[in-house]
Amino acid sequence: MLKKTYENIDSIGRAILSIKAKGVHNKELAEVIYPDGKKAFAQVIAIEGDKVTLQLFGGGFGVSTNCKVRFLGKPVQVGFSDDMLGRVYSGNGLPIDGGPELQSDMIRVAGPSINPVKRMIPKNMIRTGVPMIDVFNTLVQSQKIPIFAKAGEPYNRLLANIATQTDADVIIIGGVGLKFDEYHFFKERIEEAGSKSKTIMFVHTHRDSIVEGLMVPDLALAVGERFALQGKNVFVLLSDMTQWSDYLRQVANAQDQIPANQGYPGDLYSQLASRYEKAADIDGAGSLTILGVTTMDDVTHPVPDNTGYITEGQFYMKDGYLELFGSLSRLKQQVNDNTRPDHRSIMNAMARLFSDAEERVKAQKFGSVKDDYSLRLLEYRKVFQKELMDPFRFLELEDALDLCWDILAKHFKKEEVGLSSKLVETYWPENGKFKILKK
Amino acid sequence: MNKSKGRVVSVNESLVGVEITEGAVINGEVAYIIIEDGKKLKAEVIDVKTGNMVYLQVFEDTGWMKFGDTVEFSGLPLAVKLGPGILGSVTDGLQNPLYELAKKEWFLERGLEVAPLDTTTEWHFTPSVKEGDIVTGGSVLGSVPEKLFEHKIFVPFSMQGNYTVESIVEAGDYTIEKDIVTVKDAEGNSKKLQMAFDWPVKTPMPFNKRSVPVNPLPTGIRILDALFPIAYGGTACCPGPFGAGKTVLQHSLAKHSKADIVIMAACGERAGEAVEIFKDFPELIDPKTGKSLMDRTYIVGNTSSMPVAAREASVYMATTVGEYYRKQGLDVLMLADSTSRWAQALRETSGRKEEIPGPEAFPMYISTLISAFYDRAGVDVLENGETGSLSIMGTVSPAGGNFDEPVTQATLLSTGAFWGLSRALSDARKYPAIDRIDSNSKYPSLLKLEEVSFLMELLREGKTIASNILLMGEKGITDEAYISYQKAELVDAVFLQQNSFNDVDGVTDPKRLRIMFDVVKEIIDAPVTLKGKEEIRSHFNFMRQAYIDWNMIRIDDELFQKQKLQILNLVKTMGAC
Repeated sequence: MLKKTYENIDSIGRAILSIKAKGVHNKELAEVIYPDGKKAFAQVIAIEGDKVTLQLFGGGFGVSTNCKVRFLGKPVQVGFSDDMLGRVYSGNGLPIDGGPELQSDMIRVAGPSINPVKRMIPKNMIRTGVPMIDVFNTLVQSQKIPIFAKAGEPYNRLLANIATQTDADVIIIGGVGLKFDEYHFFKERIEEAGSKSKTIMFVHTHRDSIVEGLMVPDLALAVGERFALQGKNVFVLLSDMTQWSDYLRQVANAQDQIPANQGYPGDLYSQLASRYEKAADIDGAGSLTILGVTTMDDVTHPVPDNTGYITEGQFYMKDGYLELFGSLSRLKQQVNDNTRPDHRSIMNAMARLFSDAEERVKAQKFGSVKDDYSLRLLEYRKVFQKELMDPFRFLELEDALDLCWDILAKHFKKEEVGLSSKLVETYWPENGKFKILKK
Repeated sequence: MNKSKGRVVSVNESLVGVEITEGAVINGEVAYIIIEDGKKLKAEVIDVKTGNMVYLQVFEDTGWMKFGDTVEFSGLPLAVKLGPGILGSVTDGLQNPLYELAKKEWFLERGLEVAPLDTTTEWHFTPSVKEGDIVTGGSVLGSVPEKLFEHKIFVPFSMQGNYTVESIVEAGDYTIEKDIVTVKDAEGNSKKLQMAFDWPVKTPMPFNKRSVPVNPLPTGIRILDALFPIAYGGTACCPGPFGAGKTVLQHSLAKHSKADIVIMAACGERAGEAVEIFKDFPELIDPKTGKSLMDRTYIVGNTSSMPVAAREASVYMATTVGEYYRKQGLDVLMLADSTSRWAQALRETSGRKEEIPGPEAFPMYISTLISAFYDRAGVDVLENGETGSLSIMGTVSPAGGNFDEPVTQATLLSTGAFWGLSRALSDARKYPAIDRIDSNSKYPSLLKLEEVSFLMELLREGKTIASNILLMGEKGITDEAYISYQKAELVDAVFLQQNSFNDVDGVTDPKRLRIMFDVVKEIIDAPVTLKGKEEIRSHFNFMRQAYIDWNMIRIDDELFQKQKLQILNLVKTMGAC
């Protein structure tokens, strides 16, 4: 089919361009051809009569009214092959590691998600070795879950740790708006862990155009989904989805869309959902797990707020620690009754006592905490924080559960912990003999 | 009928501008856009502009649509097909059965439409009218057994005036497409009727005789049944920040509520959670019937990545099905999760239409739509004297858990019970995390009115003392106040909290609720002569332990009475010294 080239560009914005053209499809891929022959990609995002609006992958800067636009008669696609493992690509799908370009099997980007009835109930725990996750908010294969953290927190370190400490078949890293040193960190961490041969990176850094950044999750998820359909257990890491949402806002703004909350487009929820919903445990195939980062100052901000309603929980990170309260794995109950009979109950008992201790911390400020029980609660809180809340301390789940019993027994009497008598009889450390806690 | 036609002029995500080329167009009717590969994408007219321009909201992804694509108008509003076969099914927001779709494609590809109700199943129809009988819209023509119920076959509710039955088939097995009855109107025009008919989703089904909801609907959740009940035909809203326990609460209501039929509308919710219901419910046995829970359930699984327009439709579809089963004389409980996602869908469309936004960019008419939606709940006294009810519980997910936002506020004004979820309670793992003080209900409880006030007073007093302890420490308050505080804490821990994962404690029937309350009352009424904070606390700890153990014993287990006596003995020792 002959591809028609158009020359009458109407307007050029920061990330969009409009042109008069005929027979163009919504979401069609196009090429912007510069006077010197250089080419850049673009995608149709709106049509109004013969006016077509395109999103410019390379950004609007430097695009001239002398440029031509050629519509390619196909949607945005990405190459797919096993050879991608170990490689690094940019947000427009081109290699940035000096390796060869991919020409194989082209797959659709941002296609529909899987029919919910073809999903299986997630049932495989992902062991991370992080007690705050394994014990308190168990991560589950096929889960979609973000880390909510302020910009300065070591969330990328945690993300990389979780991905490499587990036994995923394929790890795909989608970096949106990464600083160069973060990109470098991911590369190093993956190499250190010996995971390079099963990892693919799609990287957008601050010097690249925002539209390329917008593409990163779609590329990462399309490739990840394909591996999952082949039966692989895939781990997709996305960092950072707040940056991604900000790019979305910029493009919507350039299109003169009526903004919803804080200038974000009205479809922010749908946009985030169609990406996160790619996570699935597929009946008769593999799984895709998404672990993302949502940087935030305040959880009521539209990005974390909408994210929280889509994802299956969140891990809160604060002052370098994983928070007990606020962190939540919605899928944990699918798996944590198959671990050990005490898992659920002790997790709740520990949290309930911690919450009581938090109350005492407030009361302490009034100087009113002097009774023995309150002092024990406060001491318990300190030990809990030190022993269990460090996200970079590695502990097998069973050891972490034993440690919980030790901590309870060190600070409380049996009847103070609110657990059923049966569990207490089975697991209470006998005669002060702790399994794992140093006395 | 001559169908109108048009062509696509503009495409902006789900909003498509169409120029009419032939015929007239009705606001709200369904249209199909035929794209290059022949796929027909379903849409709805949402705006008619001056001249010959209309705007469609497309229920599917608009990729690959182009200027000039043909549009066919159906002349009919978006409707739901009502008839035998709904129970046990799982559909998307447009009533496409998801399991049938999955046979064609694993992915939710566009343009796929499947008959909403199976057309091959034969149902055993027993007529209840005969030739010459006079019938009208809503008259019962006969019935078929559907799962646990006798499913009445109606004259479509939209048919007004009197009709004479010309002919009716004999008892036998027929599909829903078979003509079973021919009726004649006053002018002598004949009309053939089948077992199923369409009803427009956005039009409430009229009541025969609406009555006030007064009978409590047991949910199995103690804090609700005792303090903040919902009635048959009533409405409840459950707002809360994410992670406060809306989903667990809703699943528990679906499993344990004493309703005949449960409809779950997963409106823009996570597929990972919806799938839990799809796969779990068929496996779960309803203790009341001994059959699969799915036999009395219908699920609208319109998950978050499905197109936004279908999300808006899904809530209405579920409601219409609920109204239909109410007409069958059944008690229906509909759970909508989440109405905020639905409101966001409206906001999204409104923004694209470039309407002037109201507070938080929601459309100005949001509160009107919300109250009209909840008004579709209610009790209907049917012509034969039976009653049917539709109760609606909607969850609300306000941004950051801030109840001041427009959707929560409009919902609070429209519903009879308010179950506010609290972050502090869920952090402390107090399930259900329904705020004990700020929640309310205007419906009657399973307990007596004075018993409800008695509990509420205890809880309020407990809260006041707790804040005093925070300020002054345990030593700063009297032993007497400390005992009141311990009593309130105990009632919270053993009566208001439930272990949703324990088979026994996870659900409490009215009989057990009564026994439990009576024991709780004895504890609170008992005089306490214990002295010193340490001794008091220790005593209540033992009592809590005994009570928690009791909560896990079946009522028909011989240990049940024994453990109860142990608790009552502990109560006696409080005043023994």
